[in-house]
Amino acid sequence: MARKLLLEHINVPGINTFDVYRSKGGYAAVEKALKTLTPDEVVEEVKKSGLRGRGGAGFPTGMKWSFLAKPEGVARYMVCNADESEPGTFKDRYLMTYIPHLLIEGMIVSSYALGAKVSYIYVRGEMMPQIRILEKAIAEAKNAGFLGKNILGTGYDLELYVQPGGGAYICGEETALLESLEGKRGNPRIKPPFPAIAGLYGCPTVVNNVESIAAVVPIINDGGEEYAKIGIGRSTGTKLISASGNINKPGIYEIELGVPVEEFIYSEEYCGGIANGKRLKAVVAGGSSVPILPANLITKTINQQARLMTYESLSDGGFATGSMMGSGGFIVFDEDQCIVRNTWNFARFYHHESCGQCSPCREGTGWMEKVLHRLEYGHGKMSDMDLLVDVSKKIEGNTICPLGDAAAWPVASAIRHFRDEFEWHVTNGPEAITRNFGLAHYADPLPEPVAS
Amino acid sequence: MKVTIDGISVEVEAGTSILNAARVIGGDIVPPAMCYYSKLEGSGGKCRTCLVKVSKGSEKDPRPMPKLVASCRTTVMDGMEVQNITSPEVVEARKGIVEMLLINHPLDCPICDQAGECHLQDLGYEHGLAKTRYEFDRRTFEKTDIGDKIQLHMTRCILCYRCVFVADQITDHRIHGILNRGDHSEISTYIQAAVDNDFSGNVIDVCPVGALTDRTFRFKNRVWFTKPVDAHRDCDHEKCNGKVTLWYKGEDVLRVTARKDVYGEVEEFICNTCRFDKKKTADWVIEGPRKISHQSVISSNHYDTLQPLPVVKTNPLLVEANKEQFDRQTRL
Amino acid sequence: MLKVEEIQTPVAFSAELIAQFADVVSRYPEGKQKSALLPLLHLVQAEFGWVSPPAMDKVAEYLDILPIEVYEVASFYSMYLLRPQGKYLLEVCRTGPCCLVGAEKIMKYIEEKLGVREGEVTPDGLFSWRGVECLAACGFAPVLQIGPEYTFYENLTPEKVDKLVADLTAQSKN
Repeated sequence: MARKLLLEHINVPGINTFDVYRSKGGYAAVEKALKTLTPDEVVEEVKKSGLRGRGGAGFPTGMKWSFLAKPEGVARYMVCNADESEPGTFKDRYLMTYIPHLLIEGMIVSSYALGAKVSYIYVRGEMMPQIRILEKAIAEAKNAGFLGKNILGTGYDLELYVQPGGGAYICGEETALLESLEGKRGNPRIKPPFPAIAGLYGCPTVVNNVESIAAVVPIINDGGEEYAKIGIGRSTGTKLISASGNINKPGIYEIELGVPVEEFIYSEEYCGGIANGKRLKAVVAGGSSVPILPANLITKTINQQARLMTYESLSDGGFATGSMMGSGGFIVFDEDQCIVRNTWNFARFYHHESCGQCSPCREGTGWMEKVLHRLEYGHGKMSDMDLLVDVSKKIEGNTICPLGDAAAWPVASAIRHFRDEFEWHVTNGPEAITRNFGLAHYADPLPEPVAS
Repeated sequence: MKVTIDGISVEVEAGTSILNAARVIGGDIVPPAMCYYSKLEGSGGKCRTCLVKVSKGSEKDPRPMPKLVASCRTTVMDGMEVQNITSPEVVEARKGIVEMLLINHPLDCPICDQAGECHLQDLGYEHGLAKTRYEFDRRTFEKTDIGDKIQLHMTRCILCYRCVFVADQITDHRIHGILNRGDHSEISTYIQAAVDNDFSGNVIDVCPVGALTDRTFRFKNRVWFTKPVDAHRDCDHEKCNGKVTLWYKGEDVLRVTARKDVYGEVEEFICNTCRFDKKKTADWVIEGPRKISHQSVISSNHYDTLQPLPVVKTNPLLVEANKEQFDRQTRL
Repeated sequence: MLKVEEIQTPVAFSAELIAQFADVVSRYPEGKQKSALLPLLHLVQAEFGWVSPPAMDKVAEYLDILPIEVYEVASFYSMYLLRPQGKYLLEVCRTGPCCLVGAEKIMKYIEEKLGVREGEVTPDGLFSWRGVECLAACGFAPVLQIGPEYTFYENLTPEKVDKLVADLTAQSKN
């Protein structure tokens, strides 16, 4: 059985209440941090842990914290990014629903480390039930003296508020989130300046994902070095994986980084294999933004090594034959799924969610959606695939925020790996509407590497 | 600080953007800018036409920047090396941006008042492709009048946000803004309303395309058939100094605009009274013909002398008002 | 652009609503009350079922910001309804992972069941439905949500939709 750091007590009845959470050792990290550690020591522990941002980019959390500017007399803010909207990812919803105090405990410790006196949890507006849960949990924590003035008699004050979003994927981008938190349209800001210098209300700000903040709790309890022992190389600790799609047991799994992908898909401990006895066709390993991989490339790297659930192994082979860990949204496709249809669906998503601020993304996402729609409905042309790849290249890297990249990668990778299926949609237009291309050769063994 | 752009070095002050450093050098190496406007704080970064490659970050940290950067919003570092037209990557990316800006543009130049002084036209001509790969219906909007002086042709808009910045920074009360999201975004007042205050007419001048046009000039003439003349008047508006360009056809002033520099930016914003209500030569002190960049289509029909206009010569009142000019002519 | 005559008669905010507004505004530093805009619009929508122009104007007045700033924000975010909808708006997730397990069939079923197309309201004014983008519940797909509390209905089947519609119809009569 793998070690669980975040979800250890998830099945304890009443763990969503303060009393039960506390009786299971909850808020020990707050006591330890506030009473025995200086803020800089907390930052140091997080640095030692090697924790990487769990929201998608995988940037080391401790390093992000150490960039925070600390000018005299200027407020600093800690903001939690709970705008979880990446298709395939639903770990933050799960965590906030079932063990809200873990997030609040993490927020208190993180805010203390950064010297924030007011902190916000920005939750996407659709998660109104989770907002109610968090508000109740905050009230409980405040009642018990873990929030408000002079916490635990240490002289540290902290107010924690929950802010609802309004329904916009783009607000998961940290500067768009800050704009939204300021009551504006969620247009990402042009960087620099980064939030660590000028964030919320122009003050130094750190924005972290829910899971990253929750992970601070075990890091403080057990020590950063202990946390870093879990995992492989620069992928330390545990990670929540949201498993969805055509599998027997969709849900949230806390894994020690380093589990083989094949084991994750087929073992009873995790996904439990492909549903209805079907065969695996493809996997999107880290949320809709990351490149899709066919069955034969997701379980093995191009060099015939077993692919592992780590940041490094998932991206082995670059974009040519690899993908990314992203936010851990693991979407599994069985042999009956149409890759063209799914690519069109994702393109529609990014078209819908583009903020419209910069021209390549505003115009390009809509263009790609239209071309993919035409392909899916049997009116495509052979030149469409090259057109899509070219348009995606014109968007990628040329936009203000990473949404442009996120829109370009799924399209480019689907054509890279499933070009036959796209071409079949062109040559067999009428048939493509009624029937799927099927598994084809996408699970065939990879060719042996050429001996050098 | 020393910065080198396309092999040409220039010394600029700290805090200068790459684009403005390039403008100090001038010429072909200046990146095109559709949304940046030096007189509007916070503008820029959105259209992406000014993307450049930073091949050397600075003397201290010579690493190149990983992506192309918006030159209008990236400040120079000492020893920075930038590639604009010498980088195939930049040229290719820019072609892509121009294509994106054009796929939903109506290309109705033959009936657009902006034609001839449209930045998108120039951009397409200089950096675009001759044909489009876009085969779908273009996005359209109904044209609307925002007040009796300004017409909004949203279909032509490239969402540069300049007019929003003008309303925020130059006028006292913003009524219009950007509504909706993504490619449904539009400039609108949401509830039909007139954009009216003393400086609202400046949105026409800052608009790089024909999305916001002067209703008092609508379909009056093509800009290249009109002759621009610098003039001024003693404007009683405290924030307006009355320095304008008059656009003549024969003896008639067809329209009044602010004076624009070589990058199409106004030198100073003008008030609505000067712009819309003073359309008689007698209202103005004529300074002389406006110099228009020789690349502009407008200049094809222009004279470039300091002689008083015929209209001034025939009117004794104007001769008196423009004595200075006659003096200068005699001197020359 | 809305015609002036399309704008409904002014709305009045109750004392309870204003008290809720004040509570939200107290969360932000002095002078940063604009931060309250998104939460306030949610409160308004929960109260009136949609966000009407007069309500937006009043919110602008309360927060001491320009009306256009409210319009800009309300039209940017997809949750705010700028037109009246049915009493129960069924928002079905239509993004990839949900579609892998039958979201498109569920949407089609809802369309047939309610007899109205996406965005339309049933003649009795009770129901409308629309597809929305990822609701971050991919493991319980297909899913739909119903405001103003955004209650979740997971692992949808035609039978579950039947029951939901029957329950809501009964509930509306009480």
